[in-house]
Amino acid sequence: MSDTPEKIIEVSQLVKYFGKFRAIEDVSFDVYRGDIFGFLGPNGAGKSTSIRTLLSLIKPTSGIIKVFNKSLINDRNFILSKIGCIVEKPDFYRYLSAEKNIEIFARISGVSVSKSKIHEMIEFVGLKGREKDKVSGFSHGMKQRLGIAQTLIHDPELIILDEPTTGLDPQGIIDIRNLILQLRNERNKTVLLSSHILSEIELIANRMVIINKGKTIIQGTVSELLNAQTVVVSIGVDNKEKAKEVLLNDSFTEDIDTSEPEHISLQISQDQIPFVNKALCDHGVNVFSIESKRKLEDYFLKLINA
Amino acid sequence: MFWKSTYNEFIKIAAKPRSYIGLGAVTLLVGIILFAMKLDGLTYISFITASFEQSLSFEGNILNGNAMAFIILQMLIIHIPLLVALVTGDLVSGEAAMGTIRLLLTKPISRTQILLSKYVAGCAYTFIIILWMCFLALGVSKLIFGNGDLMVLNSEGLVILQQGDILWRFIAGFSLAFLSLVTIATLSLTFSCFSENSIGPIVSTMSVIILFTIIGTLDVAVFDPIRPFLFTTHTAAWRSFFERPLPINSIINSIVVLLVHIAVLLFIALYKFNRKDILS
Repeated sequence: MSDTPEKIIEVSQLVKYFGKFRAIEDVSFDVYRGDIFGFLGPNGAGKSTSIRTLLSLIKPTSGIIKVFNKSLINDRNFILSKIGCIVEKPDFYRYLSAEKNIEIFARISGVSVSKSKIHEMIEFVGLKGREKDKVSGFSHGMKQRLGIAQTLIHDPELIILDEPTTGLDPQGIIDIRNLILQLRNERNKTVLLSSHILSEIELIANRMVIINKGKTIIQGTVSELLNAQTVVVSIGVDNKEKAKEVLLNDSFTEDIDTSEPEHISLQISQDQIPFVNKALCDHGVNVFSIESKRKLEDYFLKLINA
Repeated sequence: MFWKSTYNEFIKIAAKPRSYIGLGAVTLLVGIILFAMKLDGLTYISFITASFEQSLSFEGNILNGNAMAFIILQMLIIHIPLLVALVTGDLVSGEAAMGTIRLLLTKPISRTQILLSKYVAGCAYTFIIILWMCFLALGVSKLIFGNGDLMVLNSEGLVILQQGDILWRFIAGFSLAFLSLVTIATLSLTFSCFSENSIGPIVSTMSVIILFTIIGTLDVAVFDPIRPFLFTTHTAAWRSFFERPLPINSIINSIVVLLVHIAVLLFIALYKFNRKDILS
């Protein structure tokens, strides 16, 4: 038997034109069972268009989309019966209660859903006691939670969340993050999570893809992508020249930037930072601050700025 | 899955405040007409009978429930389309404006089934409106004004229908009026598939009705070839059931024209909805 996990999503050379405008040029990625898969890219990179294509909300111009090893074109209903999703913001019928909203979407989810299951889900997302309230009175955070309840109501294998933390306060972001981790760890769900914030993906995803301008830039496991990169360390010192000399003599690196006032910058691996600090102190260089930034973060920021 | 989706659509229509505007408006309008007729109905009737009074004498209850139902249907059939479009024009575009269409179309049910379930619910709503109007116009009118023979003034003269010969004509007339309202419901649903807001389809539907009505009533020869094919020409076809002899061919022609409109519009709506990229 193979140890390779089952491929849940397979997107290959996805292209989408709106008239003459090319929204997606070449997006490819794979999601495996049990992944929390980060779908990362700056605003306007084509994340939402890709996700909408994956959910058959948008028809692709060309490319292959396979979910659960079936073609989205031929087996749309089978695939969608196993997916729960929030696309952009979770919108509901404002004139209906939370419970009625869930009931409406559950009724056409392809499985029979009991009232008790609806109540269980509402409780799971922390909205117990508000089920009879109209959605019009819900905050964005509450709608987001209700969105997750709606996503889970038919017990899907794959959950797709498009920027689920947008517009939430810090506590809301933490709550949603914990909910996503619960989904994977306690309910064995595969989660595709899109975001434009690297740190958000880094905190919970195990694999990720970065897209920009409608193209896949890089994909792999988060640990591989982060560890493979050296960090850029900026050190605040009282004597830049002496610090440079010490670090060159101790062969940490030859690429030391002294252009910033009272700071030196160098590229080293994360685990070298304490040794650099010790070497500087041992040679009488006073260290005021050490700030490290991953190259991937720089790379991502460059993408956004570009 | 289709019936589950249709049931969902019924729940949504029943929960929307705008759905009750139509029922409220019909109640109010019929109420105003009945109130006015109770106060001064005989003067109104005498306008109709004035030209015949020298050659004919009218006896009995002329201002009766049947006459009221006929007057109400004649007056309101022009205004009911707006009330129908208010709900049916919102069925797809309202979901787009609210953003719920994204969730709806990611469920394991085909777009065709979703649209048809909306259509069935929209037609049912139209039926409820016409049924309510029928109840008020026929039932309540008869309670207030009593029963009697019906006088109908047509282009060819005055037709007097005995009270025992009227009910089936009203049932048939209301049914044909329902068919013309379904045509309007289909038109607004079709516009709804092209729009991302609720106002657009309602305004577009009313614009088409006004335009077609103008073309239909404008006595200019250039419009003669197209006039028989406009659905608005057949909106008043229900009146044919109150003629003697019954113009069967004309009625069948109207039914066919309306059904063809419904079929073509529904095809366009399904075509558009199935190919629509959901960007809202």
